[in-house]
Amino acid sequence: MALPKYTEPHYRIWHYIYLTICAAVFFFLIAPLFVIFPLSFNAEEFLSFSDGMKSLDPDAFSLRWYKDMIYGTKNPWGLAAKNSFIIAIFATIGSVILGTVAALGLSSRHMPYKGLIMAVLISPMIVPLIISGVAIFFFMAKAGLAATHTGIVLAHIILGTPFVVITVTATLSGFDHSVTRAAASLGSDPVNTFMKITLPLILPGVISGGLFAFVTSFDEVVVVLFLAGLENTTIPIQMWTGLREQLSPTILAVATCLIILSTLILVTAELLRRRSERLRGINR
Amino acid sequence: MSSETKQILTTDGIPLEVSLKKAERKNKIKAFLLVAPLLFFLIITYVFPIGDMLFRSVDDKMVTQMLPKTFKAMENWDGQELPDEEVFAAFHEDFIKLVEDKREGKLSTQLNYTKNGFKSIIKKLRRASKKFEEGNYKEQIMAVHKRWADVEYWRAIQRRAPEFTGQKYLKGMDMYVNEEGKIVSVEEDRRIHRVLWLRTLEIAFFVTVFCFLMAYPIAHLLATLPMKYSNLLMICVLLPFWTSLLVRTASWMILLQQQGIVNDFFVGIGLVADDNRPEMMYNKTGSYVAMTQILLPFMVLPLYSVMKTISPSLMRAGKSLGGTPFVAFWKVYFPLTIPGIGAGCLLVFILAIGYYITPALVGGASGTLISNQIAFHMKSTLDWSFASAMGLMLLSGVLVIYWLYNKIVGIDNIKLG
Repeated sequence: MALPKYTEPHYRIWHYIYLTICAAVFFFLIAPLFVIFPLSFNAEEFLSFSDGMKSLDPDAFSLRWYKDMIYGTKNPWGLAAKNSFIIAIFATIGSVILGTVAALGLSSRHMPYKGLIMAVLISPMIVPLIISGVAIFFFMAKAGLAATHTGIVLAHIILGTPFVVITVTATLSGFDHSVTRAAASLGSDPVNTFMKITLPLILPGVISGGLFAFVTSFDEVVVVLFLAGLENTTIPIQMWTGLREQLSPTILAVATCLIILSTLILVTAELLRRRSERLRGINR
Repeated sequence: MSSETKQILTTDGIPLEVSLKKAERKNKIKAFLLVAPLLFFLIITYVFPIGDMLFRSVDDKMVTQMLPKTFKAMENWDGQELPDEEVFAAFHEDFIKLVEDKREGKLSTQLNYTKNGFKSIIKKLRRASKKFEEGNYKEQIMAVHKRWADVEYWRAIQRRAPEFTGQKYLKGMDMYVNEEGKIVSVEEDRRIHRVLWLRTLEIAFFVTVFCFLMAYPIAHLLATLPMKYSNLLMICVLLPFWTSLLVRTASWMILLQQQGIVNDFFVGIGLVADDNRPEMMYNKTGSYVAMTQILLPFMVLPLYSVMKTISPSLMRAGKSLGGTPFVAFWKVYFPLTIPGIGAGCLLVFILAIGYYITPALVGGASGTLISNQIAFHMKSTLDWSFASAMGLMLLSGVLVIYWLYNKIVGIDNIKLG
């Protein structure tokens, strides 16, 4: 952002102060993530940079903690990862189906009590997680679903649907309804129209909502802490336990893997968002 | 025009108005049917359970069920003098049954909540009751301990007669009903909950302020830079947003520990002595720093989406009309960003007020919030009705802010990413 040539000196100084502040804030935002990366390759058991690491001695780095993460006998990361993926995948499928269908109804201009219903559907996102956790725990305990995968999947569907509802309604707000009318006038039934016309057009919104639901489930710890038994342990629960008891470098290895996963998800989400904007003809 | 309007008919001969209404209704039902599965799913699994919390929080049937005959007999007691033989006999009958079921310990815990001193006299009564003779229970019970002859203790029992109570809510505000039935505060050094509520508000407020102060300049930069640079910088905002909360908390635990990088840096530049490294974690500082960084994207994104819509020519117009850049900013640009500020601040405040994981890990004893107290009662003391009451108190606060948010921003204007 270049300044015009005629800018007076003291505004110039202000401008540089402003840029410095921005740089500092960006550093504050992103730097903590990059601390984890090198430390996860630490050859020693400490969570700070050893002298060897500072002088870039190759012996100071190792894959020890990654091996421990995968092969470690005491480490429950394998089971946790399996559970996390299973739960997140089913929760995502559930959230996407329920959320997309609901968003279709909400976007109809005939929908009665739209504001009220929207407020109810979004509420799991707004209500503090601890309260959701308590409420969902009471329900699951009564329904006999505490400490089961089903119970956790249902809980994560509750928490994930608001994101799908929001992203899909946003996509549908730019949707040209005349194409579905055209399909109907050509003899297509509503289901066929949805599958062949509507869904492909709103797919970017659906997928990005699904990504949100996936991340919500994959990263969720408060509700799972109430619901999970030993068999249902997930990656966040293991991290939570590890962080509370003892910060071991194995956790950093896991954290690094999670950062890589979130980078992949971010890139996918960004590409989808741009594609969606292009499809809807929003040029920025 | 004739005096009466001619009814327009459709081809089927039905009045158009009726036919139109029918079609409208059909559309309404269709739209509603699409929303119905999710709505009912949420009502059953989410809205009702929150209602259940409300029920649990005021539920006080435990003592009522343990002493049914006593409370029945107490109905005729005015509470002035000691109750008569009828009440004592009924209490004895209830008590013997509790001892048989080995539940007298629960009774003593419950009654002790109402008035201190029940624990020991119930223990004594259990031992003595084995040798009780039939009849004249009043004197036998009163002989066990002098407190059983004290009318205060019988009044305390009577206070537990109602099936519903608001005492958990009072406890959440460090208040209780005293002997005279008045609502009073507990002694000053025992007001733990008020301290927690105030601290929660304080931390949520300052985290919101810090987030705002940090987010405003970078949102402005992102909104004014050319696309190719701003996209790159946007990743700095979005990557933390998509990264696991626990990962981000873990990185702060590494940074802020006493032998951590931040402390190393401070020692390196000579700000603090090596043997006097400050504690930056397990206290309020830890909560502030970590929560600010974690919630920052939630402030940047709404601000950015509002700033993006402000045309740069407005600032130029302000300047060309004689305003200095500061005046132009303050009088033109800033007021236009207020919707974004409102959205961001409310969102961050709502999220901060219910935060649990991060304060539990980096907050220590002095940096924990009300959520941590709720979790503590859910998991450790198992006082679920108290946890429910505290949860609902927090929820009502959040709902007020949610309502404000809806008024100011509109709930369907929430944008993600």
